Amino acid sequence: MARVVVDVMLKPEILDPQGKAVEGALARLGLAGVTSVRQGKSFDLEIDGAVDEARLAQIHELAGSLLSNPVIEDYVIREVTA
Amino acid sequence: MRIGVVTFPGSLDDRDAARAVRVAGGEAVELWHGDADLHGVDAVVLPGGFSYGDYLRCGAIARFAPVMGPLVDAANGGLPVLGICNGFQVLCESHLLPGALVRNDSLHFVCRDQRLRIESTTTPWTSEYTVGQEIVVPLKNGEGGYVASEAVLDELEGEGRVVARYLELNPNGSRRDIAGISNARGNVVGLMPHPEHAVEALTGPTTDGLGFFTSILKGLVEA
Repeated sequence: MARVVVDVMLKPEILDPQGKAVEGALARLGLAGVTSVRQGKSFDLEIDGAVDEARLAQIHELAGSLLSNPVIEDYVIREVTA
Repeated sequence: MRIGVVTFPGSLDDRDAARAVRVAGGEAVELWHGDADLHGVDAVVLPGGFSYGDYLRCGAIARFAPVMGPLVDAANGGLPVLGICNGFQVLCESHLLPGALVRNDSLHFVCRDQRLRIESTTTPWTSEYTVGQEIVVPLKNGEGGYVASEAVLDELEGEGRVVARYLELNPNGSRRDIAGISNARGNVVGLMPHPEHAVEALTGPTTDGLGFFTSILKGLVEA
């Protein structure tokens, strides 16, 4: 069983109102000094068999089309465990 | 003239869109997300709602529904397509329109009667309006903020592809108050407010939305 984690974040230039709301809540709860919060998504993919290059390329393609919208988001493939 | 209205799992406004087509004098054809073809319709409306529960991103899963394959091909070939609200989001996710719709800057779901200015009447969906005409139709969205790069926004403005703009109040943080846009050819239009809810005095704040449906029917008859 392989595990691949895809992290998706809004691009820096896209306003993240949810992150702003969380930032406000953190300050209200007493955490000083937080200057920015950005909220993203994380996808844990558990995959039967090995993740070879062809499969990784397929995951990259779907990370850039289904899992993220390249107009507003960036993705990174954070972790691959065979 | 036969106007298809697509129902995805979670579509809400398909019935109202079909009714608006009929009120305007056309025949509404129900299209199903699993359909492999478009049943020979002359134009298509992608209605509002929450396709696939808005999971992942609004419109992101609907974009891959079977009916979207032939729809994207037909739209690229010139078939008139109007995406309203969730339909606009589906069109952006399908890359038939540039940009994306993101969460309202206020973080609130907004539901109000919204004043708009029609800015382009060269699309088959707006030909019955006049440039600069002000209309009031319902608006209801949580993720209606239109965003695109500055270059794309400049291109849209330069090519006259901003179809409608918010007046009095920008309800969702849309860049440059954009409420609706078209593709370069003009046949594909995305609109965040809901003209299909403003076609009859009994149920709408106005009948200002009817023009989208009479425009397409008139255009098809003349074509």
